[in-house]
Amino acid sequence: MNTDKKHIIQTSNLSIGYAFNKKTHTVAENLNIDLDKGNLVCLLGKNGIGKSTLLRTITKVQPALNGEIYINDRNLKKFNNLDLSKSLSLVLTERLPESNLSVFELVALGRHPYTNWVGKLTDNDLYLIKTAFDQTNTGHLMKSKYYELSDGQLQKVLIARALAQNTDIIILDEPTAHLDIHHTIETFTLLKKLAQEFHKTIIVSTHEINLALQLADVLWLMTPDKFISGETEKLIANNYVSKLFESNLISFNKTLKQFTISNSL
Amino acid sequence: MWFINISLGSVYIPMKEILLSIIDADVDKDVWKSIVLNYRLPKAITAIIVGSGLSISGLLMQTLFRNPLAGPFVLGISSGASLGVAILILGATFFGANITAYAFTNWGLAIAASIGAFLVLSAVMLAAIKVRNTMSILIIGLMFGSLTAAVISVLAYFSSANQLQQYLFWSFGSLGNLSWNEIIALTITFLVGILLVIFIIKPLNSLLLGENYAKSMGVNVKRTRNLTLIATSLLTGVITAFSGPIAFIGLAVPHLTKLLINTSNHKILLPAVAISGAIIMLICDSIAQLPNSEFTLPINAITSLFGAPIIIWLLVRKRKINY
Repeated sequence: MNTDKKHIIQTSNLSIGYAFNKKTHTVAENLNIDLDKGNLVCLLGKNGIGKSTLLRTITKVQPALNGEIYINDRNLKKFNNLDLSKSLSLVLTERLPESNLSVFELVALGRHPYTNWVGKLTDNDLYLIKTAFDQTNTGHLMKSKYYELSDGQLQKVLIARALAQNTDIIILDEPTAHLDIHHTIETFTLLKKLAQEFHKTIIVSTHEINLALQLADVLWLMTPDKFISGETEKLIANNYVSKLFESNLISFNKTLKQFTISNSL
Repeated sequence: MWFINISLGSVYIPMKEILLSIIDADVDKDVWKSIVLNYRLPKAITAIIVGSGLSISGLLMQTLFRNPLAGPFVLGISSGASLGVAILILGATFFGANITAYAFTNWGLAIAASIGAFLVLSAVMLAAIKVRNTMSILIIGLMFGSLTAAVISVLAYFSSANQLQQYLFWSFGSLGNLSWNEIIALTITFLVGILLVIFIIKPLNSLLLGENYAKSMGVNVKRTRNLTLIATSLLTGVITAFSGPIAFIGLAVPHLTKLLINTSNHKILLPAVAISGAIIMLICDSIAQLPNSEFTLPINAITSLFGAPIIIWLLVRKRKINY
C-alpha cells in the first residue's frame, strides 16, 4: 500500500457480497483500490458481475464481507450517515417517487447535511446551489417541476443536486441508462469537466464502454476472475480491456479503442 | 369560519351576544352564554384540532409511504382505535363490572383507542419493514382493517343492545360532548404531536426523493420513520378516541391542499394542510348542525358526503394528484 500519497478512496483486500444468515455469497474478492482525487473513474463489467454490489459497499449501503475501505484516509466503518453524506454523494438509477418538488427545491435538498434543524438555507447554501446550477448548465430549469423535465435534463439536475451536496466524491450508478446518444455524451463530458476543473472524484458504473475508454482517467474492470483498477491507457495497452468480454461475438480493437463485432461472424 | 360555526346551532343566538359571551361580558340571557361557553366553543375548538390533526396525519403517511392512497384509515390506525374502543365497550362483560365503571368515561375511551391505534399501526409497520413494495404495505394495512372489523363483529355479536348502541354512537363521530378538561388533554396531545412533526419537517422533505437518497444525505431514515409513526399515532389515536373515527379528512385534505398550493415542501405544506383541515372540519360541522333545526347529523357522514364529490370534481377538472 502506498501511504505517502493521499488517496481519496483506498481498499485493502476487500471482499464484497451478501451474507444470508450463516451462508455468505461472495461476489468479488481481493479488491485493492488506490484512487487519487480528481479522477473520472468508470466501473465496467458485464451485467450481474457485481458493479452495483461494489458501489453499494463503498457507499456503506451494505457491509463489506471482509477487508477495509478508507475514504480520505479514514476507515469507512468510522463514518456515520451524516459524516459520509459530506464526503460522498449519489446519483441513483431508481425513479424518483412522485412529488411536486421544483427543480430548485430538488437541488437545494443537496444542502440537507449542512442546514440547521428546520433546513434553513444560508447565503453560503444558496451560493453553492447556484454554483451547482451553473456547473451543470441547468439554471434555466430552476422553476420547473422536476416531473416536467426530459430524462436528459433530469439527469443533469440530479448531478446538480449531488454537486450542491459539495462532496469530494460523487458516485453515479448507470446514469445514462435511459438516455439517447446525444444526452449520454453530454452527461459524460459534464462528468469529465467536473473531475478536471473542479477536482471532483467521480465514479460511474456504466455500459457505455466506448465512451468510458475515451473519457475515463481510471478504469475499474470487473471480470469473473478478478478486479483490475488502473489508468485507462495502461489497461488498454496491457490487453486487460479486451478480456472484459471474452466472447466470440465481439472483439476489442486497440487502435479504435472500441469493441467491434467479430469478423468471424 | 370559526364564528359562523359557533353562531350555528339548534338555538339561534345573535352574533353580538356570542362575542360578548366569549369575552365574558354580560349577556341578555344567561342560557345563551352557557350554550356558547360550554357547548359551542368547546366544539369549535375540537373541530379545529380534529381537522388539522387528521389532515397532518394523512400528509405524514402519504409522504412516509410515498403513496397517495395512504392515510390514517388505510393503514389501520383508525380501525385499531375502533378495536380498542370496541374491546372496552363491547368486551366489558369479559372484564367484569369494576373496570367498566370508570372505563366508560371519555378518558377510558381515549386510552383504549390510543393503545389500539398504536398496536395496529406497529403491526402494519413491522410488516412494512419486511416488504419493500409500497402497494403491499397498503394491502397489509387494509387486511389489518378487515381483521379488526371482523373482531369487532364477533364482539358485537355477543354484546347487549345497550353496549352496541354506545359503540355505534362513538363510531358515528362527534365533535361535541367534550368537557373543558378533555379539550385540554386533546390540545396538549395535539401540541406534542405537532412539536414532533416540526422536528421531522426537514427529513420528510428529503424523503421525497426516496429512502436511498435520504440516507445518502445523512438522514436517519429509521428514526424519521419512527418519529413519524409516533406523531401520527398520537394525533390520530387521541383524536379518534375523543371524537370517533372521522372519515375522509385525513386522506382528502392533503390532496386538496396540494391541488391548491402546488408544492411538496413540508415547511409550507404542513401549516397549509393544518389550516385547511381545520377550516374544512368547521364547515362540515356547521353543515352537520343543520342550521335552524333540532337535529345534529353524524359528522362522519357529512365529511364523506360533501368531501368526496369535491375531490372527484377537483381531480377531473384540474390536474393529476401528487403526493
